[in-house]
Amino acid sequence: MNSLIPLLVAAPLAGAALLLLGGRRLDRFGHWLATAFAALSFAFGLALLASMLGRETAERQVDVNLFSWIPVNGFQADVGFQLDQLSITFVLLITGVGTLIHLYSVGYMAHDERRRRFFAYLNLFLAAMLLLVLADNYLLLYVGWEGVGLASYLLIGFWQHKPSAATAAKKAFLVNRVGDMGLSIAIMLMFAEFGSFAFGPLLGSEGTAGAVGQASEGKLTAIGLMLLLAACGKSAQVPLQSWLGDAMEGPTPVSALIHAATMVTAGVYLITRSASIFNLAPDAQTTVVVVGAVTLIFGAIVGCAKDDIKKALAGSTMSQIGYMILAAGLGPIGYVYAIMHLVTHGFFKAGLFLGAGSVMHGMNDEVNMRHYGGLRKYMPVTFVTFGLGYLAIIGFPGLSGFFSKDKIIEAAFAKGGTEGWILGGVTLLGAAITAFYMTRVMLLTFFGEKRWQPDAEGHEPHPHESPSTMKIPMIVLAFGSVFAGGLFTLNSSFLHWLEPVTGHAEGDSPLSPLTVTLITTLCMVAGVAVSYLMYGRSPVPVVPPVGSALTRAARRDLLQDDFNHAVLVRPGSALAAALVYFDSRGLDGFVNGLAATIGGVSSRLRRIQNGYVRSYALSMFGGTLVLVATTLLMRSV
Amino acid sequence: MNALALTGATSTGEAVQFWILAVIAVGGALGMLLMRKAVHSALCLAATMIALAVCYMAQGAVFLGVVQVVVYTGAIMMLFLFVMMLVGVTSEDSLKEQLKGQRFAAVFCGLGFGVLLIAGIANAKLDHFTGLADANAEGNVQGLARLIFTKYVWAFEVTGALLITAAIGAMVLTHREHVKAPSTQRELAAQRVKDNIQVPPMPAPGVYARHNAVDVPGLLPDGSIAEDSVMATLRERGQIRDVSQEMLQRMAELEETTADWLGRPSSARPPVAPPEQRRALQKVPTAKSPSAEEGSE
Amino acid sequence: MNPVNYLYLAGLLFTIGASGVLIRRNAIVLFMCVELMLNASNLALVTFSRLHGNLDGQIIAFFTMVVAAAEVVVGLAIIVSIFRTRHSASVDDSNLMKL
Repeated sequence: MNSLIPLLVAAPLAGAALLLLGGRRLDRFGHWLATAFAALSFAFGLALLASMLGRETAERQVDVNLFSWIPVNGFQADVGFQLDQLSITFVLLITGVGTLIHLYSVGYMAHDERRRRFFAYLNLFLAAMLLLVLADNYLLLYVGWEGVGLASYLLIGFWQHKPSAATAAKKAFLVNRVGDMGLSIAIMLMFAEFGSFAFGPLLGSEGTAGAVGQASEGKLTAIGLMLLLAACGKSAQVPLQSWLGDAMEGPTPVSALIHAATMVTAGVYLITRSASIFNLAPDAQTTVVVVGAVTLIFGAIVGCAKDDIKKALAGSTMSQIGYMILAAGLGPIGYVYAIMHLVTHGFFKAGLFLGAGSVMHGMNDEVNMRHYGGLRKYMPVTFVTFGLGYLAIIGFPGLSGFFSKDKIIEAAFAKGGTEGWILGGVTLLGAAITAFYMTRVMLLTFFGEKRWQPDAEGHEPHPHESPSTMKIPMIVLAFGSVFAGGLFTLNSSFLHWLEPVTGHAEGDSPLSPLTVTLITTLCMVAGVAVSYLMYGRSPVPVVPPVGSALTRAARRDLLQDDFNHAVLVRPGSALAAALVYFDSRGLDGFVNGLAATIGGVSSRLRRIQNGYVRSYALSMFGGTLVLVATTLLMRSV
Repeated sequence: MNALALTGATSTGEAVQFWILAVIAVGGALGMLLMRKAVHSALCLAATMIALAVCYMAQGAVFLGVVQVVVYTGAIMMLFLFVMMLVGVTSEDSLKEQLKGQRFAAVFCGLGFGVLLIAGIANAKLDHFTGLADANAEGNVQGLARLIFTKYVWAFEVTGALLITAAIGAMVLTHREHVKAPSTQRELAAQRVKDNIQVPPMPAPGVYARHNAVDVPGLLPDGSIAEDSVMATLRERGQIRDVSQEMLQRMAELEETTADWLGRPSSARPPVAPPEQRRALQKVPTAKSPSAEEGSE
Repeated sequence: MNPVNYLYLAGLLFTIGASGVLIRRNAIVLFMCVELMLNASNLALVTFSRLHGNLDGQIIAFFTMVVAAAEVVVGLAIIVSIFRTRHSASVDDSNLMKL
């Protein structure tokens, strides 16, 4: 059974290779082939889950050492997989949502002439992401980490004929490089400190302490901060958040799969996987919490101001991942809930993105919500699935988001002391803003009067329901959005499932769980109410009003690009210009001057070699003259 | 004087002889340097060499003096003259120096070298001359022979080998190998017809009795010269003797005389044209032709 | 008179010959200048023979003459073959030593 683990990765990788190398003859059925490979991987995942459920809790972790990758004296890197409860959770999320989105893409990309390539990239992404979550050491994880970065780059820039898409892809790639640098430094630090980067010896497994236990707190803090930098880059957390909004230039299924459900949560996975390190480095943990809290509010504010439906959802993604990072930073009291929110978020955010894609599909690829309105009658299925996702994300009682977010807020309060109050307040505020902006999206898109505009070629939009290949994934994800949270919370099943891997501790909450739930629900109702007052009661202007300073800043992503430009790009350009100046004037000037001098002297010397025999005779005679004169002088001295 | 030379001292007679010979030698050398024509240079050099031969004899080197006259003046200078005839006896250097600064630098170096050499000799301690009395006791030739065939016999043999090598080398250098069989008359004629440039024979030179020589070109009907009628070597050297104007003038005089004798009226006589300036030759360098006439007349 | 005067004469002739090599362009005249230089050194050798009182100097002068003869023969042959191909005896016309 364990031999299926490598096949999990191999199936989508084979699909990518086949589609990329197969050429045009695969154009006709390549997308179904890719979907089949994704589904195959999902089936393997289910089989492995069944096998794992059949074993005792202590024996659930499985290690498969595939081959020795870089065997050097004193440096041993293996390609090996570690399948435990955390990994299988991710595997099922990735392959499950991935398969659904493959299916959705069959309909969404039906008219794109480069569809085969698109599906090849999707499969490549699945393979890399599975490698990331299955790796049993940080080096192999890094391969998967870079692999998803590559797939993300390729897919954001898939419509590369649009300059905005090409730029967005480059931006995502570059910002991710900063985070990747953090991960590589963290790996180097680990190797320098412990001589290994495999999870087993380093982090310890259940019951046995890993090598990290012996290290000093300072070093662990350094490693933790570097890992956090990596997580920030991949998960679009402040200060490396700027790429996610632009990444919405990619096709909508890509936004749903990579930039909402799976890849951007890799940072949460990394922190949870490295729990042993963070548990021993409180400073690093505090930093993680701060980053999560800041991003939570940051993303929520950005989400409130955007008129582009995908960018609003991207802000929301940022904010929700902020919740997860915050939970992961809380330590053992939060890890399980971080992953739980991650899974439920994977369902409802993917569903929301697919719904947004469906709306765009029906509205001539219009993304501005101010040009929507009243679509619920034209797209009933989309409306219902999107609505369920909406209720899930705002935390409507009984739906997925309600359970997972509530647990995070409880954990934040359970941190204890002043920190607990601050974090709890922030998470509650985030919940209220989430309710506000999601209600805004909902109202602008599906309610109110029609504000439809003709597109660039003058076609009036004729909203229609999407084909069934698109509807089915939306319906399945809506089911997930509704029931996943309840299932996980029932008998604390998810807690018991993950606890052996991540550990768990009950915090010391000043408020009872019921109180927290009530306050959360109140915040949510308040957010919905404010939003309804602003957007539901009165007609929405097609042209956005000027708004307050905060609104204008939020429309510009809270000036993140201006900040980056002023702090990083301008000094960088100035440095580069100075270096170019130094290079061209200083170094080149010296080298060219030397060459010119030698060339000039040579061309003058060359005139001596004129080929006339009498001239040579003169030189000889002159030489004789000098010789005789010297001899006489030396004798006379 | 010879006796004095043997003792190393010099007599008044030798002094007088030296000054005369020195003047001749230096004058000859300068003449060789400054004469524009190679033939004149060669003659000047011959004079210098003869003067040097006498100098050798005055210093007790009788054999060398004779050899100097025989080998240098007799053989080598004649060889020079032969080659000069082959290359063109009238060829001379143009006055224009082509290398910038060469003449100035040469004079400067020469003067400097001369000054240094003379200063060096003046500084050397050369006050005591042994003289050749002992060495030439049984005769100069015998003394030389004793050395050549004993001490220097190996060098002598090698010199013989060198001379043989030089003779063979000269033959090899001047020998022209036929890379293909020489063309026959028939082939040459066929080639001429094929080329269609000059099908009939070349015009003959020397069409006038006064100048029936190969360097006189034939005249074309308009009085200009036919350059083709002179052999290529002479044309190359610029040694064409152009007599066309002179001839035309004489023809006119002849016509005039005939008319006088026949008593023709002046109206019936052909007009006497003034001698025209001959057009410049196209293939032949004409600048040297006046001196060429001088040289041969 | 001091026989050293012969040496001055030799030096003078040598210098004239050397200057001639540098100034004249006709290859034949150039050769004659070289001959003059050889003759000047011969005169010096003969004078040295008298100075030292042995005949070795004369022997060397004799060999010089032989070598000069050989040199002239080969040199003139070269001049003739150059003249045949280039139709000129000027050394300036054959600056073929330059590539």
